[in-house]
Amino acid sequence: MSLLRNLAGGLRGLFRKEQVEREMDEELRGYLDATVKEKMRRGMNRDEALRAARIEMGGAESLKEQIRAVSWESVIETLWQDLKFGLRLLRFNTSFAAAAILSLALGIGANTAIFQLLDAVRLRTLPVKSPQELARIAIDHRTDASGHFTSRYSDLTYAMWEQIRSQQQGFSNIFAWGPTHFNLSPAGEVHIVQGLWVSGEFFQTLGVEPALGSLLLPSDDQHECASAGAILSYSYWQREYGGQRDVLGRKLTISRHPFPIIGVAAPDFYGVEVGRSFDVVVPLCAEPVIDGDDSQLKSRIGWWLAAMGRLKPGWSVERAAAQLRAISPGIFQAALPAEFNVSNAKQFLQYKLGASPAGSGISDLRHQFEDPLWLLLALAGLVLLIASANLANLLLARASARKKEMGMRMAMGASRARLMRQLLAESLLLAIIGAAFGALLARNVSQMLVASLSTQHDPLFVDMGMDWRVLGFTTALALLTCILFGVAPALRATGVAPGAVLMESGRGATQGRSRFGLRRILVVSQIALSLTLLVGALLFARSLNNLAKLDPGFRRDGILVADIDFTARHLPNEARVAFSDELLRRVRAILGVDAAATAAIVPLSGDGMAHDVLMGDTGEPEGDTPVAAFNYVSPDFFETLQTPFLAGRDFDEHDRAGAPNVAIVNESFIKKLAVGKDPLAMTFRVRRMNRTSAPYQIIGVVKDTKYIDLREELWPVVYTPRAQNENPATDAQILIRSRAPLASLLSAIKTMASQADPDADITFSSFHQMIDDGLLRDRLMARLSGFFGVLAALLSAIGLYGVISYMVERRRNEIGIRMALGAGQQSIIRLVLRETSLLLVIGLVTGVALALATAKAAASMLFDLKPTDLLTYLLAALSLSAVAVLASFLPAHRAARLDPMVALRNE
Amino acid sequence: MPDKPSGLVQGTLDMLILKTLQLEAMHGYGIAMRIEQISKGVFQVNPGSLFPAFRRLERAGWLMSEWRDTENNRRAKYYLLTAQGRKQLKGETREWARQAAAIARILEVES
Repeated sequence: MSLLRNLAGGLRGLFRKEQVEREMDEELRGYLDATVKEKMRRGMNRDEALRAARIEMGGAESLKEQIRAVSWESVIETLWQDLKFGLRLLRFNTSFAAAAILSLALGIGANTAIFQLLDAVRLRTLPVKSPQELARIAIDHRTDASGHFTSRYSDLTYAMWEQIRSQQQGFSNIFAWGPTHFNLSPAGEVHIVQGLWVSGEFFQTLGVEPALGSLLLPSDDQHECASAGAILSYSYWQREYGGQRDVLGRKLTISRHPFPIIGVAAPDFYGVEVGRSFDVVVPLCAEPVIDGDDSQLKSRIGWWLAAMGRLKPGWSVERAAAQLRAISPGIFQAALPAEFNVSNAKQFLQYKLGASPAGSGISDLRHQFEDPLWLLLALAGLVLLIASANLANLLLARASARKKEMGMRMAMGASRARLMRQLLAESLLLAIIGAAFGALLARNVSQMLVASLSTQHDPLFVDMGMDWRVLGFTTALALLTCILFGVAPALRATGVAPGAVLMESGRGATQGRSRFGLRRILVVSQIALSLTLLVGALLFARSLNNLAKLDPGFRRDGILVADIDFTARHLPNEARVAFSDELLRRVRAILGVDAAATAAIVPLSGDGMAHDVLMGDTGEPEGDTPVAAFNYVSPDFFETLQTPFLAGRDFDEHDRAGAPNVAIVNESFIKKLAVGKDPLAMTFRVRRMNRTSAPYQIIGVVKDTKYIDLREELWPVVYTPRAQNENPATDAQILIRSRAPLASLLSAIKTMASQADPDADITFSSFHQMIDDGLLRDRLMARLSGFFGVLAALLSAIGLYGVISYMVERRRNEIGIRMALGAGQQSIIRLVLRETSLLLVIGLVTGVALALATAKAAASMLFDLKPTDLLTYLLAALSLSAVAVLASFLPAHRAARLDPMVALRNE
Repeated sequence: MPDKPSGLVQGTLDMLILKTLQLEAMHGYGIAMRIEQISKGVFQVNPGSLFPAFRRLERAGWLMSEWRDTENNRRAKYYLLTAQGRKQLKGETREWARQAAAIARILEVES
């Protein structure tokens, strides 16, 4: 009741303001009249009475202000007034406003952009029904495992999935899925789209609705897959089919097998993997059809699935995990691959299943980018701090300039709180405008970041709408910065004795030396923070440079990778090698090709295989069996990549199936497995699970090369002739070295391949590009931290410039006197620069301490560089000093050219 | 000889205003006069606290106001108690009496 009345009164005050004000005036006038009358009745004359009454009442305006202050609507109103007034001031001060808003927009924009990414990748839940009920089912603490791993989330084999599905109890519904690529091209150059294998329960469990047609049901995922249909994602449907409704029933060719399109998923559904999207979904049962001989579903050693379930009501993740753990022995016993040897099997049978919450989806990006993003957010936060310090500095300067205005207002009856409110409203205005521009900027910046992390083969998809978290974050930033840069100057500006200020004439005395101190402290902290940022930037730049200059053991440039897939020819094992030899022969014949070779594993492509190595012709090794990485290559592989031989010879056409097994190994192999012996006299056998090969004779030793990625420790690597591989692949990955521009070779290779096999699928990639793609994270860190570092140095330079100019201004008289007494320009410049160097040195020392304390966070992201690297710190300090001296030279120069007469006459 | 004027005990102005209005509606000046008269000049109410108090009490729902003609035919804003205001006055009076009695007892013991 009273609340309602208060509200009604307040609204009346806001909207019928004039009437309320009129009534107040009338009431007060009535009161004054009555007082005057009373006083006259007691014998005063009219003038005396009026005067006495006025004194009794106090200032009419301040009384009215007191009355207004009782009601809540006055807060809104004064805020509104203050904002309007602030806006007017900013309009008069466009350069100040522009500088303030720009630096805030950059600072807030950078923070928001990075937070937006973090939010999308880390914090947000999946856009599906009740995501908090979802859990991922996987083996707990799996370190090593044996088999074929073909997906980003190789949690389970198909046999394990079947067992889990039939034995688990904690989930009302569970499904298995695996990401993959599908080739939708009927022939020729491939058309790759992002695909998903899913079990029939996928859409039901997630509660996803179709946008068109129907989605897969458990009945669609039956053995042999008689009626397999494909589901499109909404965006793929829009992109490739223009959203036409007659798409249902049309055929989609996946690896040359037709699948009818039976439905389109809901628009916002991008799968359960955060950071990636899908184009086409087919049921698990279609896998043997599409992958043929390479089918993972039929192989017990194929790890290609991940599983998720929806918890039954009343079941916690822990309870479901406990149940999974309890049934694990039976499951692994039942799913044990026959191909395993004793130690493989022992490890397999010890696995325990577990469950973990999966409401925010699963993501390998998260693992890869979470730490860098938090670090970048911290760096962006520092930039914002520096920007705030700059603003505080500018406002402090303005506070000194507005002292008189404030004194006048206080003398007129404004309270300090009221003036503070007005000054803070100005700061708030700056913060809000800055945040608004920052939010706009952030949208573009975060899109750009995602685009810069996408590669041709691995497009990223990050759903980055504004949500309440991002909005809240930006608002909080705006308020925080407002408080950071607004409060001290507001306190300063209003902390004046009105009388003193008004009496002061001209420029003030030298009072306020301690106040000037605050501005120096701000500059010192700016320098310290900038140094930290510059150290960070240089660390990442140098780390990237280390990676870029690293010798991987082969050349990176001028090599094209052409993958010619001839699966469609259905060649028997014996004919595959011959056909890929034929392809290689034709590639070598193309004009401009300097060298060419095939390889099962393209170095640094991210693929790899490793097997046990048993040294000698016979016998079992004692203790742990050493493991080496493998590659099956054609002759000239080393010539093509220009990896030098240290001993022995390359493969040649005599190293065929049926001839004695031969191998080339790298230096690390010798260092780790054959210390101190003549390598060319050594033999070894290869154990692939439960099969041990005949002995291999080492015929050559090559220089060490990186295998999977640039950052790895060197592996022992074994190269064997492709011709002696028992299970030749149905494609030829041909590495081609040429001095001609690589693009000019493409059409010749395409023509050649289609002549050799009209059905062949061809994929091209640039070797250099592929290696570069592996450095995305490093490049991202180097670029962003570099940008932040430069921005920070720039902002600090502006801050320093401001403070030094101010100092020169304050000491004009002194400088004038010095010059009048004969001080030269040099000594004046020295005088000013001494001030700079003092601030600089304190700032640098603090900065080094700060950087040493924080750089540890970056240690794991640096390559071949310690976070305490001396050169980096020196470089950072040097460049910052240069910028600082430059920034203060301008005011110093101005001081030196001061005309002493003018300076002194002004007194 | 009236007693010397003195400041109001913190928070009692509201109670005095409510009390003054218990019998009849009055305008601002009348209320100030009445408080001064009844207290025999001990309390002099200045407009700087009186008018904000009116606004506050009105917002709290304890007072209502309306424009009426005064005895000498001028318009003035009259304040009157609401039912809630009466209840509030009763509560505050009781509380005041209790505290005053307690303070008096303490002072008696001391002297």
